[in-house]
Amino acid sequence: MQKKIYALLFLLSTLFYGLIAHAQDSAVDKKIEMADRLRSDGKIYVVIAVLVIILLGIIFYVARLDRKISRLEKEK
Amino acid sequence: MLRQNWWKIVGVFLLLYTFIAGFLGEVPAKPILNETIRNLYFHVAMWMAMMVFFIISVIYSIKYLRSNNHIFDIYALEYAKAGIVFGSLGVITGSVWARYTWGAFWSNDPKQLGAVIALLIYLAYLVLRNSMTDIDKRARIGAVYNIFAFAMLFPTIWIIPRMVESLHPGGMGNPALSSDDIDSRMRIIFWPGAVPGWTLLGVWITSLRIRLSIMQEQKM
Repeated sequence: MQKKIYALLFLLSTLFYGLIAHAQDSAVDKKIEMADRLRSDGKIYVVIAVLVIILLGIIFYVARLDRKISRLEKEK
Repeated sequence: MLRQNWWKIVGVFLLLYTFIAGFLGEVPAKPILNETIRNLYFHVAMWMAMMVFFIISVIYSIKYLRSNNHIFDIYALEYAKAGIVFGSLGVITGSVWARYTWGAFWSNDPKQLGAVIALLIYLAYLVLRNSMTDIDKRARIGAVYNIFAFAMLFPTIWIIPRMVESLHPGGMGNPALSSDDIDSRMRIIFWPGAVPGWTLLGVWITSLRIRLSIMQEQKM
């Protein structure tokens, strides 16, 4: 079971490869304001860090509930 | 199945992928939208997840009507609640997004109105259930109403707002998720990451509520 999870996660991790694949950059993009400053300053990583922390916080809370309920079910 | 962990881990992983790639990944530069186009992975994903939950809920309602198995009624109720939560999050996030792109939190736009009406119909499902004290009657009438509420999703959200003029993408018969709203760099994050990720998180939370509900029923 564990091996299957790891195999599945490895397959899913290939999704990230899309981030480094660059085919075409549009020149037309130059006129429209995007958060490039945030990116060049490296501040985009702050945004990501905050969001990941919030997400993991929620996940840990839900996981804790899951474990509590499993324990209650075993007692029955 | 509810107690297995593998699909929960997959869901968490997909959400992490969505959150990270969603902000590091490239997006098309559209006027007015600018970076808010990334809201696709959150606002739109909420609605996709909501549809999944309402579909699951109505299936369990039908299963209950066919078998009178009370467990199915619990499933139907909890998935309907999950749908209401995710739908409400969709309306709220859409409203915030609208404030900065359409100019106001609320524009009486057909899509906004349709979505709120659809959610109110589901809220009425909860009120209807609570108005009855007999458990079997509650489940049976609730199940029938659930089917009606599910059917109402289609004219209110998917059909009428898509036919008339609307600020929301998809009006006047245009495609709802066209090349104006998304491109392939976003699709690879949206479809394999955001939609299943949020859906699995909702399923996880709902499964916990179901397990708790079943335990409470067994105590009585």
